[in-house]
Amino acid sequence: MRPEAATLMLEVVGLECRRGDRRLFSGLGLTLEAGTLLHVRGRNGSGKTTLLRTLCGLFAPDAGEVRWRGESIRDLGDEYRRDLLYFGHLNGIKGELTGIENLAIAATLDGDRVATADIWTALERIGLAGFEDLPTRMLSQGQKKRVALARLMLSRAKLWVLDEPFTALDVDAVSLLQGLIAGHVAGGGLTVLTTHQEVPLTSGQVARLDLGS
Amino acid sequence: MSLNWFKLASPASFYPVAGRLVPLFWILTVGLLLLGFYWGFFQTPDQLGGSNAQKEYYRIIFIHVPAAWMSMWLYMVIVGWAAIGLVFNTRLSFMMANAVAPTGAIFTFLALWTGAFWGRTSWGTYWDWDPRLTSELVLFFLYIGYIALHSAIDDTRRADRASGLLAIVGLVMVPVIYWSINCPDPTQCAALHQRSDLTRIDGNILFSMLIMTLGFWMYSFATSFMRLRGIILTREAESAWVRELLSQENPK
Amino acid sequence: MARVFWCILIRDLTLAMRRRTDVLTTLFFFVIVVSLFPLGVGTERKILEILGPGVVWVAALLASMLALERLFAADYEDGTLEQMLLTAQPLSLLVLAKISAHWILTGLPLVLIAPLVGMQYHLTGTAIWVMMLALLLGTPILSLIGAIGAALTLGLRGGGILLSLLILPLYIPVLVYGAGAVEVSRIDLMDVQPYLMLLGAFFLIALILAPLASSAALRISLE
Repeated sequence: MRPEAATLMLEVVGLECRRGDRRLFSGLGLTLEAGTLLHVRGRNGSGKTTLLRTLCGLFAPDAGEVRWRGESIRDLGDEYRRDLLYFGHLNGIKGELTGIENLAIAATLDGDRVATADIWTALERIGLAGFEDLPTRMLSQGQKKRVALARLMLSRAKLWVLDEPFTALDVDAVSLLQGLIAGHVAGGGLTVLTTHQEVPLTSGQVARLDLGS
Repeated sequence: MSLNWFKLASPASFYPVAGRLVPLFWILTVGLLLLGFYWGFFQTPDQLGGSNAQKEYYRIIFIHVPAAWMSMWLYMVIVGWAAIGLVFNTRLSFMMANAVAPTGAIFTFLALWTGAFWGRTSWGTYWDWDPRLTSELVLFFLYIGYIALHSAIDDTRRADRASGLLAIVGLVMVPVIYWSINCPDPTQCAALHQRSDLTRIDGNILFSMLIMTLGFWMYSFATSFMRLRGIILTREAESAWVRELLSQENPK
Repeated sequence: MARVFWCILIRDLTLAMRRRTDVLTTLFFFVIVVSLFPLGVGTERKILEILGPGVVWVAALLASMLALERLFAADYEDGTLEQMLLTAQPLSLLVLAKISAHWILTGLPLVLIAPLVGMQYHLTGTAIWVMMLALLLGTPILSLIGAIGAALTLGLRGGGILLSLLILPLYIPVLVYGAGAVEVSRIDLMDVQPYLMLLGAFFLIALILAPLASSAALRISLE
């Protein structure tokens, strides 16, 4: 194991988050090592999305902090975001642009130089062969989501934070995505996700966190 | 000592302190305003200036100038609290900024209103595009913008931080705006207002103006703290200490 | 760095080209506002010559204001803005690229159409040149300052009206010196220089500070 991978670790220390005047959770602590998947569960409104957004640094916690490789993500800034891939409720793709264009822009913003051929392959693997050149607003809801998920194949991020990635996907796409997550975790990556479905993981450890219990 | 300050910075411990201070500030307000009015009406000369003198109506100065001073000072106070809140993520400082804003807007309005009356008597018009009056109008817009932005956002934290940032941007812009209004022609500058030179003003006039300013200042403290207590209660409604307080006040 | 800047700039321009009406509405709004004034204040040549510079500038202010609402809104709605916040690129650079694209689409057309509306107000050839130059320096400032307001009011109901309430007072310096430059050019062309220098100085300051403030505002709005 490379020494870099050994220190790959996400820590949450004494986290407290409020939404408006309501306290969602407080004193939350956990440690996530390389090759682990964290499944965050909880009722609607228990703060799953807020927790995930806090892990990404989008939401500033009211107390406590999130650490990556032992350092606070606030201090790491861009360095942390390089290792991070977030997939939220919104797909984050432009309807006016084609799948190819969307993914090329996403890759450029991630600071990667991805060959167009790789993007074609990724879209093909995710089951969008023949749709690459259509503006994505022409695609169905599930297909749009697939375009967004194709980013997972192109990104080199170590930490995946996925908020409800399985919704709107058909059976094929769900198993494909499960395979992707399993591969990422098996390769020493970390994944934090929320879902109402059970995720059978083929390899790696699965940790669970129940919010609002 | 520093420990005490941090303890005070929590809404729960500041609430009773503010409550005890409010009556004190009201007493000071009334006392200072009475003194200021007395001095302004009975201990000052009947007219201001030599040739083309301003007669009794110049006494608007005792409200107009202190109100204008306070409007500017309170905007600085808002920016100060907002900056502290943005840097240290303290909730009380944002509440402070919010509590001060309406008082600041009222003083700005008062300065404009009295300015119009003074203008009517001395310039012969209610409104003139005099640089200072225009700047005061812009300041009024900035206050309104701050309050409007805050009330348009439902999420209190975003509202606090967004309007705080707006106040800071406003402060950066204020000198530029003031200057552009004062100097529409960059090669020369003119102003309708006389250059104010405090040392040339009669001692008694200056004294009443300062007393009135102090009175307005105490008024700002009193109203801001009252508003602050309201804000604290609304925002902390979920917390144990507020529930305890409410159950004490309304025993059922 | 430059690669990312170009990427966003070209992305936004492509998006606009695929939805052309947004660009044209701003331009026509400007032309209509300017054309309506003579109908309201009378078509006497003398009055129009005096009003011209001010009217054109106020119309430019309003037009750029109108367009600003869309600056971040589309990206906010489909989640791409959120993704931009999470890239390892400096956010202010991305914001600057977006503002640049926005200016090319809404500010530059105003500069180019200025001769046409200038003629409606019987402005002389020199005055029109000065007006174009002043608009060229001034409209980017409008986009830069406006971006802060657009970021602050992101996703709020009634955001457009609120935006004008927040931003229009901050446009005053640009209005004063922009219109002033055209005004004095009718008397002596040499007097124009200090006005344009001031606009240029404002532009540089806004160029440095506005993207920083806008990105801070975006982080607040997207929490």
